[in-house]
Amino acid sequence: MGAHPILTLIAQRIALGVLLLLAVSVLIFVGTEILPGDVAASILGQAATPQALENLRAQLGLNDPAYIRYFRWLGGVLTGDLGTALSNRMDIATSIWPRLKNTMFLAFWAAAVSVPLAILLGLIAVRYRNGFVDKTISGLSLSATSLPEFFIGYVLMYFFAVRLGWFPSVSTVYDTMPFLDRMRAIALPATALTLVVLAHMMRMTRAAILNVMQSAYIETAELKGLTLFEIIRKHAFPNAIAPIVNVVMLNLAYLVVGVVVIEVIFVYPGMGQYLVDHVTRRDVPVVQAVGLIFAAVYIGLNLVADIVAILANPRLRHRR
Amino acid sequence: MPKEPMPVTDKPFLDIRNLRIEVTVYPPDDAPRDIVIVDDVSLALEKGKVLGLIGESGAGKSTIGLSPMAYGRGGVRITGGEVWLNGRDILKDNARKKRKLRGREVCYVAQSAAAAFNPAHRLMDQVVEATLKHGVSSRREAEKRAVELFRKLSLPDPENIGKRYPHQVSGGQLQRVMTAMALCSQPDLIIFDEPTTALDVTTQIDVLAAIKEAIRDTGVAALYITHDLAVVAQVSDEIMVLRHGKTVEWGKTRQIVDDPQETYTQQLVAARHVEHGEQSPDGTPLLSVKNVTAAYGGGSVNVLKNVSVDIQPGQTLAVVGESGSGKSTLARAITGLLPPKEGSINFDGRELSSRLAQRSKEDLRELQMIYQMADVAMNPRQTVATIIGRPLEFYFDMRGKERDRRVAELLDKIEMGSGFIDRYPAELSGGQKQRVCIARALAAKPKLIICDEVTSALDPLVANGILKLLLELQKEEGVSYLFITHDIATVRAIADSIAVMYRGEVVRYGPKSQVLSPPYDNYTQLLLSSVPEMEIGWLEKAIAGRKMAAAGN
Repeated sequence: MGAHPILTLIAQRIALGVLLLLAVSVLIFVGTEILPGDVAASILGQAATPQALENLRAQLGLNDPAYIRYFRWLGGVLTGDLGTALSNRMDIATSIWPRLKNTMFLAFWAAAVSVPLAILLGLIAVRYRNGFVDKTISGLSLSATSLPEFFIGYVLMYFFAVRLGWFPSVSTVYDTMPFLDRMRAIALPATALTLVVLAHMMRMTRAAILNVMQSAYIETAELKGLTLFEIIRKHAFPNAIAPIVNVVMLNLAYLVVGVVVIEVIFVYPGMGQYLVDHVTRRDVPVVQAVGLIFAAVYIGLNLVADIVAILANPRLRHRR
Repeated sequence: MPKEPMPVTDKPFLDIRNLRIEVTVYPPDDAPRDIVIVDDVSLALEKGKVLGLIGESGAGKSTIGLSPMAYGRGGVRITGGEVWLNGRDILKDNARKKRKLRGREVCYVAQSAAAAFNPAHRLMDQVVEATLKHGVSSRREAEKRAVELFRKLSLPDPENIGKRYPHQVSGGQLQRVMTAMALCSQPDLIIFDEPTTALDVTTQIDVLAAIKEAIRDTGVAALYITHDLAVVAQVSDEIMVLRHGKTVEWGKTRQIVDDPQETYTQQLVAARHVEHGEQSPDGTPLLSVKNVTAAYGGGSVNVLKNVSVDIQPGQTLAVVGESGSGKSTLARAITGLLPPKEGSINFDGRELSSRLAQRSKEDLRELQMIYQMADVAMNPRQTVATIIGRPLEFYFDMRGKERDRRVAELLDKIEMGSGFIDRYPAELSGGQKQRVCIARALAAKPKLIICDEVTSALDPLVANGILKLLLELQKEEGVSYLFITHDIATVRAIADSIAVMYRGEVVRYGPKSQVLSPPYDNYTQLLLSSVPEMEIGWLEKAIAGRKMAAAGN
């Protein structure tokens, strides 16, 4: 007999995720290797003597073969050492940590608003399918998505920060900030992010549930005298979970990884800002570290989506 | 029938008067228009009685059947008439009142219980759902009643079967659970919509007996919808024959079966009448399957076990068995789609290579197939001429006028005429589609055609026409058939030899007259005794016969 097949399946997914992350780390390393420029030269500047460059290279271990440097980097990452930033000689792990927390904070609140809202709007759209309500919901959320995020950001800033003065236009947060002030600071960027991801999740929820609504068991429920909303909630939604979770996870990943523009607009001290700052300074170790974290977030969230889809399937959960 | 309301006491509890149902169709190149699918149908049903609705597909059986729930499937609209149920015209009710009636006064048993149960919920939750929704009883009482019903319907382990999910229960059992679900809220009327059609004959008989007993013991009234007169004769008090949305004949079951008045009913009642003299299997066989064993995906579960059969030139071998017996897998092994693990297949004096990719074009041409679902076996965007012309181009390199002439010839052979040349599959009826598939197979001038359940999806009279056509073509062209079916009546009509398959093995094989005459092995006995006969009281006899057999007689 062995273990429950579902445990095997989940273990497989996790192993696959780890493998994928390793492959991505190779890609990131190779990618930054290919980039033109020399780390030693960028540290010492144009005026460095060849001897000084050579010494620094030896000191940084840059003369070792690529695979040795890769494993040294990987070993560091696995022990929590992300290396040292070239531009300011600071430890990357310690400077990333508060930034990552800030990004997660913003992403969490954007998700806490957008995910339930998107699913609820999707359910309502199905309930009033092809009617006025459905078309209004679709129309508004699609137009919000079609606008570029920087535009939405500036529009929000103009009305709510400049004209009405309800929220600050610059979302500065710091460690000792009280919770409510912090919430006030992220209100505008969180709203902008919500508007960006809402439509995708809403449309997919709507489509997934409509797809299930074609099934014969929906007719059975209808012939039991259930109301349309009961049918959607009890009979359609549980069977549409897998595709919905999938798109939700993709959007959550976007909330973490894709916030670069929003963070820059609102001057929010998160990962995106940090990345942009260091890309402009050609700070390769930072780019590598941030890239790897972003990849881990993506792979991790997709892994969660896969596992939820497995758990949501009664055929896999209960064998014959 | 008088229009003015009669005293309540005289009224049957279900009274459908002059029902008219329409649907809007949207033809691709035409303006949308309304068509009438049920026209002026009236029926009445007393408490505790069973009325059978019978007719071919498109007769409006299901549409009429759903009208006592004030429900129209797929945009169907009830546009005229009245449906009186328990003393009121339910068509005049508002949506909320209609929901109160569904699942409470009237319940529904669908054709495919496997699709009609929600895969995400346990059976018990679904069985008691309507009972709880309408506040008939508490959950505890409802579950107790459900377990009693499971027991009455002879489901295994009635105490615990409700804890299972739909995929953990077999099709025949699901159909019985669905019947229990319909009975659970103690309705006055149950609509059975082809409840046994999707089941194997050997399973059908048990489900049929269980349904009949449950109807008798609970005193519920029922509308029993089916296309199989022999089935409906076992359970109904009265039968209504429908055609093209109109009533053909309505009477007591005995009258309809023994003394049908209308020509159409007489046709339905008449047993399949296809003449075919059996040919003896002499000489060298055209196809010889020797000791073939096969499994899917290189697995260890053998779906075919040591199967050996022969087909003579110009003759028909019928392979019969229930679903999962390996019939279609045998066809896949012969066509090369599933290379066997062991054994050999000889065809026309040469050994066929086991893999499709290694077979010559001649091998492919001489061995054609026709499928159960004619509509998915054709490209919906090609005309009949393109579909039939394709093998002519591919195998014989025929083009232009020559090809068109041959296509017209073939259309003539399948009794369709050249008027169909420019039609698309969607513009053909089910029987016509199957004929086009036959013409496509014939176009290759094959020596053997594998027919996989080719008449199973067709109405009885249409299926009869197809069988006659196949036999005629066999006489003209001398082609052999491997005829896969689960239907014994079809086998009786056209086979020269028969192979009975059970769980991947051939359990009985020989000329038709031998296979279909006693002494039988156990499985063939079971199979033959399960085929419903057009005889009132057959069900009870058959069940009694089984019980005796089970008791060791």
